[in-house]
Amino acid sequence: MARLGTLLCALAFGATVAATPPARAAETVKVGVILAYSGQAAASVKQMDEAINLYMKLHGKELGDTKLDLIRRDDTGPNPDMAKRLARELITRDKVNLLAGFYFTPNINAVAPLATEAKVPVIIMNAATSASIRLSPYLVRVSQTLWQQSYPLGQWAGHHGIKRAYIAVTDYGPGHDAEAAFARGFTEAGGTVVGHVEMPLKNADYVPFLQRIKDEKPDALFVFVPGSRDAAALMRAYSDLGLAAAGVRLIGTGDIVPDNELAEMGNVPDGVVTIGLYSAVADRPANKAFVAAWKAEYGPDAVPSPFAVGAWDGMAAIFHVVKAQHGKIDPDRTMQLLKGWRDDDSPRGPIMIDPQTRDIVQNMYIRKLERVNGKLANVEVETIPMVQDPWPKLNPPK
Amino acid sequence: MTKLDRRTAAVHPVDHIAHSHRLRWPEALPWLLIAATYLLFPSYLALGSQVLIMVLFALSLDLVLGYAGIVTLGHAAFFGLGAYTAGLLAAHGWSEPISALFAAAVVAGAFGAASGAIILRTSGLTLLMLTLAVVSLLAEAANKADSITGGADGLQGIVINPLLGRFDFDLYGRTAYLYCAAVLLVMWYVVRRLVHSPFGRSLTGIRENRLRMHAIGAPVRRRLVTAYAIGAAVAGVAGALQAQTTQFVALNVISFHLSAAVLIILIFGGAGRLYGAFVGAPIYMVAQDMLSRLDPVYWFFWVGLLLVLVVLFARGGILGCVDGVRRRWP
Repeated sequence: MARLGTLLCALAFGATVAATPPARAAETVKVGVILAYSGQAAASVKQMDEAINLYMKLHGKELGDTKLDLIRRDDTGPNPDMAKRLARELITRDKVNLLAGFYFTPNINAVAPLATEAKVPVIIMNAATSASIRLSPYLVRVSQTLWQQSYPLGQWAGHHGIKRAYIAVTDYGPGHDAEAAFARGFTEAGGTVVGHVEMPLKNADYVPFLQRIKDEKPDALFVFVPGSRDAAALMRAYSDLGLAAAGVRLIGTGDIVPDNELAEMGNVPDGVVTIGLYSAVADRPANKAFVAAWKAEYGPDAVPSPFAVGAWDGMAAIFHVVKAQHGKIDPDRTMQLLKGWRDDDSPRGPIMIDPQTRDIVQNMYIRKLERVNGKLANVEVETIPMVQDPWPKLNPPK
Repeated sequence: MTKLDRRTAAVHPVDHIAHSHRLRWPEALPWLLIAATYLLFPSYLALGSQVLIMVLFALSLDLVLGYAGIVTLGHAAFFGLGAYTAGLLAAHGWSEPISALFAAAVVAGAFGAASGAIILRTSGLTLLMLTLAVVSLLAEAANKADSITGGADGLQGIVINPLLGRFDFDLYGRTAYLYCAAVLLVMWYVVRRLVHSPFGRSLTGIRENRLRMHAIGAPVRRRLVTAYAIGAAVAGVAGALQAQTTQFVALNVISFHLSAAVLIILIFGGAGRLYGAFVGAPIYMVAQDMLSRLDPVYWFFWVGLLLVLVVLFARGGILGCVDGVRRRWP
């Protein structure tokens, strides 16, 4: 008899539990993060991952009881087959609401059709080839494009007393973009390109190229090289050959002076001018707070790079759409929220997503490489406000 | 007399060779596993298709390296040629997948024959370096010709028609998986017939004792070039499958990296055994997938450790180990 009573009790309890609606189910938003954690870009990607972690730590509470679940996957480098397979698995198996990351252009290019097919918004945190963004209406870019940097730098050079320029870029997609953009901006501003050279991708020795350029005696040398090791090797060749003394100014994209590598660059002549979206020494309040938080988390000698800022703002975009939809992610509503999204508190200054192109609009800074308190730093000397990517206007969709 | 001799002595050597082409029941095992994967793990089919493609690619390398004994670090050249052939055809309106496989096989095979005719005049380290040179040259050509190949950004605009006009390549990768499995079955049958034919026997002879094969009048170099070209054609089919199922091609398909990966897979499984590819590719790729999930940053370390262990303790690869165990306890 007693046993029957227990059974009835248990049944009644079970029924009540089943009938009571759960007290406000906490939503979970799943975000697949695909980045090249291993391989040639691992150092830059580490910065991006650190930025993602720091953002979660500092802003995690803002989401209330919505849970943000980041699922990280390693695409190992420029490896589109792997990236596409990982994206496919994240979409079909893990049922992610959003995708983010993407260091290399071919990887996002391969994933773009999946984003359209599965209606999953993708936040591009690095890959910088202009044309990629057109491959799917579900892509948004928060990093930069090479045209956005090189074209305004070309115009700036033309307007600042540089008449003859030589172009040296690395021989692959982004290098070709940088060359075309700089040449266009520079000639439009009245300058003349006196020569150009495409240097092999796996090349640590820049001396022969720079020697030839020195003999040509241009007013300035425009350079794009990827990666921190190449940047350091290039800088060494520039100072060893005495190009500065020979009157050849070095200008380039921010890639040749990565903030986190400056400490290791040694004796660099003054007067190197670069254009970039972010400098760690910028004195905007938002940046000071960002750098302070970075150093508190990763040590007093740690310096955030532009890669970190791209990932940081990517997280800000994700938080924006998650908060606005209270954790219930609808792909088309998400895209509506991202188009025209504006953030004035980014470490790099105000940023906005262009509602038409879904690409980022941001300030571009002309910086001089100088010693501040004995340490090399990219000091911002001029601001070109709210630069759009010039490429779509010059290459209208067919 | 060793144990091995005593065991095989029961079968006359001639009978052993004459009957080796007959199908034995363990050879059904891979196909049962492939079918079981389709039924039991429907959400892992994207990985499954990539494993099947690597099996086919490693199988083509087995023909070249395991049977003909041609040591190569440039096998990805043919994989890449096949991928770009299928990709370019599909990007320019030729969207029928199966005919594109044939085209990829022809292009890769022809290039294999042409380059083989030149580099197979050498052997040893020289040959190794030349195979590396071929893949590097091709990779640079694909990078330079970016108006055709898309260069570093990858080839875009690949459109693949439904298979046989009926089966769409779906998001879950079901069609892709079955397509890869069917192609692998056909190619496996072809390669199997080949290695058990007199031609295949002569390849093994060349691998084991080239001078003796010369002495008995076998056309050594012609046989090697033929084997190299057939291996290239099969690799081209694997590359084409990859291009069609991913619907994207980029420079990584022609890289030293991929050549090395497929070599590791074959060594893992066991070279010169036909089934080394079937064992090595799934183990390598599933291990890579699981390790990279557990540890996205340092997973390569564990793959490396695994390889060191295999090379140290299991010289003939995993299948070599299995053989060793069977020999000890017949």
